[in-house]
Amino acid sequence: MSFDYVVPGSLAEASDLLARGGPDAHALAGGTALVLMYKQGLLRPEKVVGLGRLAELRGVRRLEDGGLWLGAMTTLRAIETHPEVAAHSPALALAFASVATVRIRNQATLGGNLAHADPAQDPPPMLVALDATVEIARGLTRRTLPLGELFRDIFETALVPGELIVGIRLPPLAPRARATYLKFLPRTEDDYATVSVAVRLAVAEDGRCSDARVCLGSVGSTPVRARAVERALVGHALTDHAISDAAALVAQEIDPLGDARGSAAYKREMAAVCTRRAIATLRDA
Amino acid sequence: MSTHRVRVRVNGTALEREVPADRLLLDLLREDLALTGTKEGCGIGVCGLCSVLVDDEVVSACLLPVILVDGRSVVTIEGLADRPGGAALQDAFLVHGGFQCGICTPGQLISASALLAASPRANEAEVRDWMKGNLCRCTGYYGILRSIAAVQAGAAEGDGR
Repeated sequence: MSFDYVVPGSLAEASDLLARGGPDAHALAGGTALVLMYKQGLLRPEKVVGLGRLAELRGVRRLEDGGLWLGAMTTLRAIETHPEVAAHSPALALAFASVATVRIRNQATLGGNLAHADPAQDPPPMLVALDATVEIARGLTRRTLPLGELFRDIFETALVPGELIVGIRLPPLAPRARATYLKFLPRTEDDYATVSVAVRLAVAEDGRCSDARVCLGSVGSTPVRARAVERALVGHALTDHAISDAAALVAQEIDPLGDARGSAAYKREMAAVCTRRAIATLRDA
Repeated sequence: MSTHRVRVRVNGTALEREVPADRLLLDLLREDLALTGTKEGCGIGVCGLCSVLVDDEVVSACLLPVILVDGRSVVTIEGLADRPGGAALQDAFLVHGGFQCGICTPGQLISASALLAASPRANEAEVRDWMKGNLCRCTGYYGILRSIAAVQAGAAEGDGR
């Protein structure tokens, strides 16, 4: 087992190295996922391309429209503690702070977290619920995707060889909108979720829900948008009964696989419970 | 395997080493530099035994390739006493029962030191949240929490002078 490590000085060069290396070339950001998979023999790279010199992939910036840009090479900890992130929505900071431990968050990056496409990760459902778009570069060519479309399957994204995640763009939260992230952790505090739910809701002055996004983690091969739940909420007053009925629809949207953190049946049941709790929390906030 | 010339400061001493691309910081410390205070536990970034500081931030040396610490500064348990508050923290672990069987202790001290530097007035919930990634498998966490609280109380007294 042997690989060559290169640290290109430009994004175009990084793209070129990754494109020419094909499926056996991998980008190295913080290393938490890549090193783990390498140690376990799940990855046998021939070429590893370090992204540490690509300064344009780093940072957190408030956009002119009041939205937020998060650079792919920014650590999860830097995002979690950035004042602009808390100013956008405390739930966004909470979702980043929910990943593993501070040690891992000091090393892991946003881009690595997304490209890894592990459906048990915390930031993706929250970012999807906040209508994030992902900026992708291949050399000088750029494209954007709604973040939900990046995730194709477990550990599988829509990226082709040579493409790199540049960053995430978030629109501003609407004036009457609020967001929350609920991570259900029946075992230990540093664990992956059994179920996680990210919700964004807007409630009009008449008390009716005017907008809703619900996205779940750890209950399928990708983050899962619960569109039936969203449809059942919008236009309705958020009574306990209405929330409960809407949340129950989550069961038909998800396809959980049983794992060490719960059987498929348990996850299905807890997904409805957690969805109900998350929506009620926002109504009562 | 490509090899790379890496400059890194370890406990204040500047070093230059040629390392294979997949050499981990943990192995550089323990095998090449004989700094065996940093332990290997799970090897997957969960247990916290291999906690070290890189540019003052706590990380898992078992998941960190040496090529990523080029140009950076590493502090291990062997260098902790030279950090501000490091010796006081070690004393507190001895006095208040934070030092137990010894396997997790280097990582606990490194994590606690990073915590006290980042948020000296962290409340108990924040301390627990920060320290949750450093596992103890022999006696428990109360002595460790007491030790950290004692340092905070001592530092608070110092503030009043």
